[in-house]
Amino acid sequence: MPLFNKESIEEIKKKLKVWEEETIKNDISKYPERLPEFRNISGIVLKRFYTPVDLENYDYFEKLGFPGEYPFTRGIHATMYRGRIWTMRMFSGYGSPEYTNERLKFLLKHGETGLSLAFDFPTLLGLDADDPLSHGEVGVVGVSVSSLKDMEVIFDGIPMDQVTTNMTINPPAPVLLSFYIAAAEKQGVKPEQVGGTTQNDNLKEFFAQKSYVFPPEAGLKISLDVIEYSAKYLPKWNPISISGYHIREAGGTALQELAFTIADGIEYVRAGIKRGMDVDLFAPRLSFFFAAGTDLFEEVAKFRAARRMWAKIMKEKFNAKKTRSMWMRFHTQTSGVALTAQQPENNIVRVAIQALAAVLGGTQSLHTNSFDEAWALPSEKAAKIALRTQQILAYESGAADVVDPLAGSYYVEWLTDKMEEEAWKIIDRIEHVGGMVEAIKRGIPQREINDSAYKFQKEVENKQRIIVGVNEFIEDEKLEIPLLRFNQEEVEKHQIERLRKVREMRNSSSVEWSLKELKNAAQRNENIMPYVLKAVKVYATLGEIMNTLKEVYGEWVETPLF
Amino acid sequence: MGGNTSVLSAQEEVVPKRRIKVLVAKLGLDGHDRGAKVVARALKDAGMEVVYTGIRQTPEQVVNAAIQEDVDAIGISILSGAHMALIPRVMELLKERGMDDILVTVGGTIPTDDIKKLKSIGVAEVFIPGTPLSEIIEFIKKNVKRKTA
Repeated sequence: MPLFNKESIEEIKKKLKVWEEETIKNDISKYPERLPEFRNISGIVLKRFYTPVDLENYDYFEKLGFPGEYPFTRGIHATMYRGRIWTMRMFSGYGSPEYTNERLKFLLKHGETGLSLAFDFPTLLGLDADDPLSHGEVGVVGVSVSSLKDMEVIFDGIPMDQVTTNMTINPPAPVLLSFYIAAAEKQGVKPEQVGGTTQNDNLKEFFAQKSYVFPPEAGLKISLDVIEYSAKYLPKWNPISISGYHIREAGGTALQELAFTIADGIEYVRAGIKRGMDVDLFAPRLSFFFAAGTDLFEEVAKFRAARRMWAKIMKEKFNAKKTRSMWMRFHTQTSGVALTAQQPENNIVRVAIQALAAVLGGTQSLHTNSFDEAWALPSEKAAKIALRTQQILAYESGAADVVDPLAGSYYVEWLTDKMEEEAWKIIDRIEHVGGMVEAIKRGIPQREINDSAYKFQKEVENKQRIIVGVNEFIEDEKLEIPLLRFNQEEVEKHQIERLRKVREMRNSSSVEWSLKELKNAAQRNENIMPYVLKAVKVYATLGEIMNTLKEVYGEWVETPLF
Repeated sequence: MGGNTSVLSAQEEVVPKRRIKVLVAKLGLDGHDRGAKVVARALKDAGMEVVYTGIRQTPEQVVNAAIQEDVDAIGISILSGAHMALIPRVMELLKERGMDDILVTVGGTIPTDDIKKLKSIGVAEVFIPGTPLSEIIEFIKKNVKRKTA
């Protein structure tokens, strides 16, 4: 049943025509518009304004429904933030496990409601702190973790049955998850009690975050191993966070982020089913991760379209029966690349708008970036302001008091539909070549993201897009803000020393045996998770486990394109 | 063009202007290659010859590539924060190989204090996020020291 009756639509159309011929013509002759054409980041051309005519034949229940009901456009929960505010989950971690332990406790003390670990590059790539390639990188962009010992220190004094932890980790996800399970067990917390998320989205690594290690097929296989294992043994764990955030950071548009992320999601679900798993046993624990840019309406439309699309895919394409399988639960991070090195305090305002977009878009958890993002890891003060921004949104703005408050805006509903329509076209193209693994091998998402990144930069150069403080309203400023500083060399030494002690105290024949077992399991194409967990418990290191897996799966080498 | 060069002036015939050749290098372990690729494309559009290394390059690999490709300039992109550990090594290796006439510029998230330090060891310029592409292009054109000049 259409939302607007035919007569009203006809009436509006008639008057709109008059408006276009009279009102607008007079107006434009006096006040020409700023641009010949207005486009959002996704390249969608925007009209001056929207009316019910843009929602002709709009079916309320098909497109929106009620909160907590299919197709979940309005939110996955019936009460949304009236019941519980989103989880305020600040991505944090730097230097040594000791420093990070301190930062986590600081954030918890100031009202953070979930933890999110940032690892350093060696950890992200599965290298031990004492690997020659790790030199200079240990502890720099996140915490250094090479063995179970490091994880024990990170969670020292933090009860692991009372916090949930997100770990941004991809190819080494089975290893870090095993560190987490084993550290929890040392605290007396059982695997079925641990809650949190491993990013474990290996597909997007090849065209977005670029911390790939194994080739795409092996990456997909390992992601599935974690999904399968979690479905059996870790009922509170989200084994994967299918991520659009990095697609955006790499230069993709909001539309590409939406489409590629869902295309990745389709690939994971298809692979899970192919493995013989029941879709309703693993789909409820799949989670997603998006960026929030500064164009409020485009972002809100993206989030709403994403939820609706995923619900349709799960129901219609994969025949999911459980409601939870159709839920797109997602974490949001405000966009890092949207923040500027120039006039950095302005970033506080950008983050507030982006965070508002995430809230109006119905996110389940949120990380707000710190205003010093374009310079360094967040200082304590900057991280606290970012957290306070969320608290202001939650308790002062009113945005959390009514579910899906932008619904029914002619513009937002039109744009939600438009984003969905355009995203399907991209997804169809990916599916047409055989899915995301094949598309990656052909360099399709890589090239498309490169093109968008370059186009965006050109628009900034030409001032088609204004960025305050960067290409307009520029100040001659002294670029000095207090940054987080720590002695990296000392952290590196400390981590190498701890690793040496771990290697010294452990039973090396158990380690060798566990690695051999792991290798055999990988060769037999078994799920590697149980073997990784065993190896971790006898203090096999991250690098040792990853090297063992590299022997079986090989390593991905990218053809550099620009 | 064939052999018909009569439309060219004598000078143009004798000294054909060689294009500036730049190595765009992603040093260190970070995969943030958006900036490197955008800059690489802009330099190419500005008429330069560009070689892009791809991600995760060590100082040794960068210097070897620069020598092998016989470049006039290296644009190092690094957003991992490991710049103070890795860039000095690049400069050292260039010096050892007698290639310190190659123009070295850096782009990335580099704190102000470190910019000063990098310049003191021979980095010609550090471009922070938000630097216009035109500024990078102009800088390289003006400052290359090798045979193109």
